[in-house]
Amino acid sequence: MNEQALLGLADDELVLGWRDSEWTGIAPMLEEDVAFSSIAQNEIGHARAVYELLVGPNGDADALAFDRVTEEYRCAPLVELHLLEWAHTIARRWLYEIADQIRLTALKDDSDATVAGLAAKIDREEAYHRMHAEMWHDRLRDEPRFKAAVEELWPYALGVLPAELRGELVSRVGIAEVEAVERGTHTDELAPLWEEMTEVRRSAPAGAQW
Amino acid sequence: MSHPVWEVFRKEKRGAAFEHAGSVVAPDADFAEAWAREQYGRRGESVALWLVPRDAIRDVEDWADEFDLKYRRVDGYSIKARLKEARERAGTAGPG
Amino acid sequence: MAAVEIPRDEQAFLEYVQAGGQVEVTDWMPDDYRAKLIKFIEMHGNSELMGVLPEREWILRAPTLQRKLALTAKVQDEVGHAQLIYRVVEDLGKPREQCLADLVDGKAKFHNVFHYPTKTWGDVGVIAWLVDAAAIISQKALLKCSYAPYARIMKKICWEESFHILHGRDVILAMVTGTPEQFELVQEALDRWWGPLMQFHGNPIPKDEDPMYLWRIKSQGNEEARQQFLEGYVPQIRELGLTVPDPKLRRRDDGVWEYTEPDWAELRHVVTGHGPKTEERLAFRRGFLEREQWVRDTVLAA
Repeated sequence: MNEQALLGLADDELVLGWRDSEWTGIAPMLEEDVAFSSIAQNEIGHARAVYELLVGPNGDADALAFDRVTEEYRCAPLVELHLLEWAHTIARRWLYEIADQIRLTALKDDSDATVAGLAAKIDREEAYHRMHAEMWHDRLRDEPRFKAAVEELWPYALGVLPAELRGELVSRVGIAEVEAVERGTHTDELAPLWEEMTEVRRSAPAGAQW
Repeated sequence: MSHPVWEVFRKEKRGAAFEHAGSVVAPDADFAEAWAREQYGRRGESVALWLVPRDAIRDVEDWADEFDLKYRRVDGYSIKARLKEARERAGTAGPG
Repeated sequence: MAAVEIPRDEQAFLEYVQAGGQVEVTDWMPDDYRAKLIKFIEMHGNSELMGVLPEREWILRAPTLQRKLALTAKVQDEVGHAQLIYRVVEDLGKPREQCLADLVDGKAKFHNVFHYPTKTWGDVGVIAWLVDAAAIISQKALLKCSYAPYARIMKKICWEESFHILHGRDVILAMVTGTPEQFELVQEALDRWWGPLMQFHGNPIPKDEDPMYLWRIKSQGNEEARQQFLEGYVPQIRELGLTVPDPKLRRRDDGVWEYTEPDWAELRHVVTGHGPKTEERLAFRRGFLEREQWVRDTVLAA
């Protein structure tokens, strides 16, 4: 089991789920608001499942999710960006789901059966995310705001995947490869996100029940 | 109505009939599906959905009711009195 | 058998609904009935939507993965309810865009409780448990609304609300059995929310003077709803060792709850757009509505 890679997946899903859940109540249409919130919940659910795998049956997944310092998180810079604007949000969803599918396909072949099984489950649920992202991409593809957002986020999207998987992403998205914003360092946006995310949790002693 | 309304019918479980569940405003069938899936299925409350543009539905609400049609309905038949008489004649009427 | 013909006469219509008659969207209805219906249902939709904002901040700060998921799902339901409700209003003739424009322009009302700030995680529990409980009492009464499309969506709404109250009570229970500071957070939140909760069901209007009841849009008077709330929830609050911040609150031998008269002036003041958080929340919503207009224009264009 490649723990670092799995932690990267879990942290990506946690932070992106956190970002996506910010749209609850303020999405452009009510129907979309409801649908988008399900996607955010699914992502947090995926993060939880991977954290639980990593900590084992007697471990504390919440502690792993919330009680690290920001330097210890393994999320890709793409998910950290605060993008409370619809063209960027959809551009990120669309790019992320393609990259994530490539990552999950590799994980489904993992020699560890538990990892492979979990990757398959996540992939099956994300089929609906991909449908949703494609649907929006079809509608917005010619919209200048959307095209600009995709270009802006492209270096970050490349950084979601290790170098050896980027070729696949390039051919599926159809944009020439550029220098990636690599996983391993964090943007300025992660620290304020972590502060807010852990505010209530830190207000009580470690181990307090909620 | 300026935006397309899609009526949503849901089947609660196998063997049940589709029932009208509500409606979503969506530009096409793909959006209607994505949105109806969540609005009418995120709690596992439906096993299937039918999505129909409201315009495709033909509304039927009136019937002629001029003549006595009771001969072809259950409420046109009252057999109690005659049944009682028949039983009395046959001596098969029970106590009370 | 002839289809039921709704009489095209206000008095006969009144008798029809008071006898339990149901009204559908294509039926004739008196102008006053339609107008009151739209206003009432629109206020409900506005309330579901505005209720999202105070709770949304806490989704981001939820202290465990479980609580984050549950709170997101609960708030998602409120948005879903708004969608169901605005669809009913749209079919009655008022477009959603108009409802949202009136809301953010301060021309339409929403329930008092959503004009107040949320200050701690204690508020999250109190809102999910007690505010939702107060709302569900009204909502169950609306299952009998004379306007059938609205009565029908209330079924789905009530079904979804059932987990909200459990979730809220679970949040409260975790805190009242946690640290003394966590217990205090709950008590302090209750102290702040009790006033708005007592005002929630509205000032007591006798049923036969309430047009909403006469039209059978509401099937329950305001005081009846409040009494139901007190009867159901005061014992549940007290059994946790919490104190209800009203020294006059007591249950009489005949089962009626006595309490300090709520501040009706405050209620009027707040629902007419002068609550502590009204302006800020409407401005927040207005901002997103304006910024994302291009999305609706692009996607919903014919």
